[in-house]
Amino acid sequence: MRYVDEFRNTRAIQAVAAELKTLVEPGSHVKLMEVCGGHTHAIYRHGLDMLLPDEVELVHGPGCPVCVIPMGRVDDAISIAERPEVIFTSFGDMLRVPGGRRRSLLEAKARGADVRIVYSPLDALDIARSNRDREVVFFGVGFETTAPATALTLLRARRESVRNFSVFCNHVLIAPALRAILDSPDTEIDGFLGPGHVSTVIGTGEYEFICRDYRRPVVVAGFEPTDILQAVALLLAQLREGRAEVENQYGRVVREEGNPAALAALEYVFKVREDFEWRGLGPIPRSGYRIADELGEWDAEQRFEVPGARIEDPKACRCGDVLRGMAKPFECSVFGTACTPEKPLGTCMVSSEGACAAYYAYGRHRLAVA
Amino acid sequence: MSDVITLADGAGGKASRRLVEGLFLAELRNPMLEPLSDAALVSANGTRLALTTDAYVVRPLVFPGGDIGELAVNGTVNDLAVSGSTPIALTAGFVIEEGFPVDELRAITHSAARAAKAAGVAIAAGDTKVVERGAADGLYITTAGIGLLDPRVDLSPARVRPGDRVLVSGSIAEHGIAVMLARGDLHLELDVVSDTAPVNRLTAALCALGPSLRWMRDPTRGGLATTLNELVAGAGASVVLEEQAIPVREDVRAACELLGIDPLYVANEGKLVAVVAPDAADAALAALGAAAAIIGEVRADDLPLVLAQTPFGGSRIVDMLVGDPLPRIC
Amino acid sequence: MCLGIPAQVVERLDDGLAKVDFGGVRRSVSVAFTPDAEPGDWVLVHVGFALAMLDEDEAQATLRLLGEAIEAELAS
Repeated sequence: MRYVDEFRNTRAIQAVAAELKTLVEPGSHVKLMEVCGGHTHAIYRHGLDMLLPDEVELVHGPGCPVCVIPMGRVDDAISIAERPEVIFTSFGDMLRVPGGRRRSLLEAKARGADVRIVYSPLDALDIARSNRDREVVFFGVGFETTAPATALTLLRARRESVRNFSVFCNHVLIAPALRAILDSPDTEIDGFLGPGHVSTVIGTGEYEFICRDYRRPVVVAGFEPTDILQAVALLLAQLREGRAEVENQYGRVVREEGNPAALAALEYVFKVREDFEWRGLGPIPRSGYRIADELGEWDAEQRFEVPGARIEDPKACRCGDVLRGMAKPFECSVFGTACTPEKPLGTCMVSSEGACAAYYAYGRHRLAVA
Repeated sequence: MSDVITLADGAGGKASRRLVEGLFLAELRNPMLEPLSDAALVSANGTRLALTTDAYVVRPLVFPGGDIGELAVNGTVNDLAVSGSTPIALTAGFVIEEGFPVDELRAITHSAARAAKAAGVAIAAGDTKVVERGAADGLYITTAGIGLLDPRVDLSPARVRPGDRVLVSGSIAEHGIAVMLARGDLHLELDVVSDTAPVNRLTAALCALGPSLRWMRDPTRGGLATTLNELVAGAGASVVLEEQAIPVREDVRAACELLGIDPLYVANEGKLVAVVAPDAADAALAALGAAAAIIGEVRADDLPLVLAQTPFGGSRIVDMLVGDPLPRIC
Repeated sequence: MCLGIPAQVVERLDDGLAKVDFGGVRRSVSVAFTPDAEPGDWVLVHVGFALAMLDEDEAQATLRLLGEAIEAELAS
C-alpha cells in the first residue's frame, strides 16, 4: 500500500465518473462547493470537472488561506521584512501576493529585504538559532491544518529560549467562513466537499452545523481523483435521498475526533480574535487566531509596530462573489485581462490554488473550445 | 514591467520573456537577433555558423553531479547542438570574487576542461576579471560558442506540422531539484544528481533524419513547459502531451510534490526535446536511446497552447512559467 | 487542503522527530501530533509535521468501494 497511486487508478476514476451519471436527475442542476484550495487545484490539475455530468456544477469556496489575507496585512508583513535586522521567513506562495500598492514580499526582496522561503516553521526556528544577531520572523498563514505546526514551533521557541524568533500570526478558521457563506442572502449551494486536511486536525463534527442549521450535506474528501469523485457521488446520493449528514470519504486519514494533540496545542497557544478580515468576504467574527498572552514575547505584532491599515479591494474585483460561489472566474470582467496570475488584482488570482488562478492556469482553454 | 529587476525576470518564464523582448530586443533589434533562438545563425562567406552566448550564475558552485565549470561547457555545447550545428570552439570568461580559493578555481577549471574534452570541443579563448569581495558571489562564468551548421537540417518552430511527434531524450527535473536541494534550505535527502551532460552526439544522430527533424531545444531554465510554450508560440499550433508518458524519476516526482512544484517547470541540463515527422518517430527514438520517450504530438489549433492529457480523459493547460517555481504549501 | 503528503516512517529520532520517506525523498519531521508512529507506519505530513497516521484498513475499504464501482461499470 503506497497510499497515492492506488487512488489515481484510471479504471477506478472512469468507473466512479460513470456512476455519477446514474445519480443525477437529467436536466437538474446541482451546485456543490468545494471549500479547500487543495481541492480546487486537484480538480483543475487532473481535469476532473470535465468528467462530471452536465447537471453537476462545482463552485470554489474560500479555502485558500493565501488568497484571503487582506492586503493591509500583506503590507504589515512587508513593513516587518524591510527592517534591516529582520530575516523574514514565509511559505513560498505568499511571496507574490500583492499588498496595497501592488508591492509584494518578492519585490521587497528585490529591493534588499532578507526574505526567505521555508517549507516548515521549524526551519524558520532553525534559522533563528543560527542567526542570533538577527530577528527572525515567521509569516504564519493557513487554516487549522497549519496552525498546529506554528503552535508547536512557538512552544519549542519558548522551551529553548530562542528569543530572536517571532510569528506574525494570520491563521484562520474554516467553520466561521463556511457559516458566513451560508448566511449570505443569495447562496445557492446544495452541498459541500469538506476540506480533507483541515479535518485531520479539527475532526468531522465541526461541520454538523451545516447539516443541522442549513440542511446541506457535507462529505469530507481526500485529494486524489478517486477521492474527489467518490465524494461527489456520496453527496449526490444524499441529495437524491433527501439526507443532510456529515460523511467521511477520507477515512484513511481523517478521524471523527480529529487530532486531540494538535487541538490541545491550538487551544493553549492561540486565542480566537473577536473578528478577522477575510479578503473578499469582509470581517468574520471569531474566525482568526492570535497568539495567547503567555507567548506574547514571540508575537511579531507585539514586537514590531506595523501600519495596520485596512485597504479596499479594487472596484473591478469580483473575488467576493467567486469565493461565495456566486460567480465563475470567467464571469469577472477583469479575468485574464487586467487580472492575471502575474499581475493579480484580486485574491482569487494570487495563489495557484485560488479559483481564478487555477482556472486561468489549467482550464481557460475550455472557454475557447466551448 | 516594474522599475527594478526581480528574480522572476531571470527565471526563464513570462517575466524573462518580457524583459528580453521589451528591453533587450527593443534596444538591440537586428535580423540575426530577431528569432531569439538558443543560437543565432550567422553566414560568413557562404559558410553557415551557429553562434551562442550564456552566463552561469548557479548557486552553489558545486552540486551533486557537477559544478559550474562543467555546467558552463555543457550548456554552451548544447545550445549549439540543438541548433543543428557541430560545436567547434568555446570561450570562457571568469568573473572571480576577491578571496576566492585558488584550489576551488583550479578544480572548476579542471571540470570545464574535462567536459570540453568529453564533448569534443576546445575552449579557445578566455578572459578573467577579479571583483571586490561581495561582488560576484564567488564566481560567475560567461561563455560564447561557435558551431558549424549541419546542411541536412533547417530547424525552426515554423517547420512544425500537425501530426508531428514530440520526443524527450530522458527523465526530467533532475538538475533543478539537485541544485535546489544542494542549497540546503529545504532539508530534504535524496540521491538525485544534476543531469548535466553534452547532447551533441544525440543531436548529430537526429540530424541524420534530415527534413523530418523539425526543431530541437534543450529545456533548461523554466523546464520542459517553458520550452514547449516557446515552441507553440513560434509554430502557431498546439502541443498535446500525454501526462503519463513524460519520464520522471519517482524520487524526483516525490520531491516536486513535496515542494509543490510541477516537474515540467524544473530545469534540465543534459536533455533535449525534439519534434519530428510522424514516420520518423521510431527512428528518432532509436537514435536517442533507451531513456527517451515520445511524449506528445502537434495539433492544429487556433489558440496555440501546450495541453497535458490525463489517462482518464481530463486535460489541462501547461502554461508558461509565472515567477519562480516557489514551493507551494497551501 | 494544503499539501499533505503520505510518507513512511523510517526511524524515530530524538526530541519528537522522526525520519520519514516520501517515495525516495527523506526528511525529518515532527511526530509531536502522532507520538505512536513507529518505523513502517505511514503518516500524513504537512509543513514538516505528521498530522495523522494512515489507516490501512480504511484505505483498503476505500479501494474496495472503488473496485465495486469498476465491477458495476463493467456489468452495465
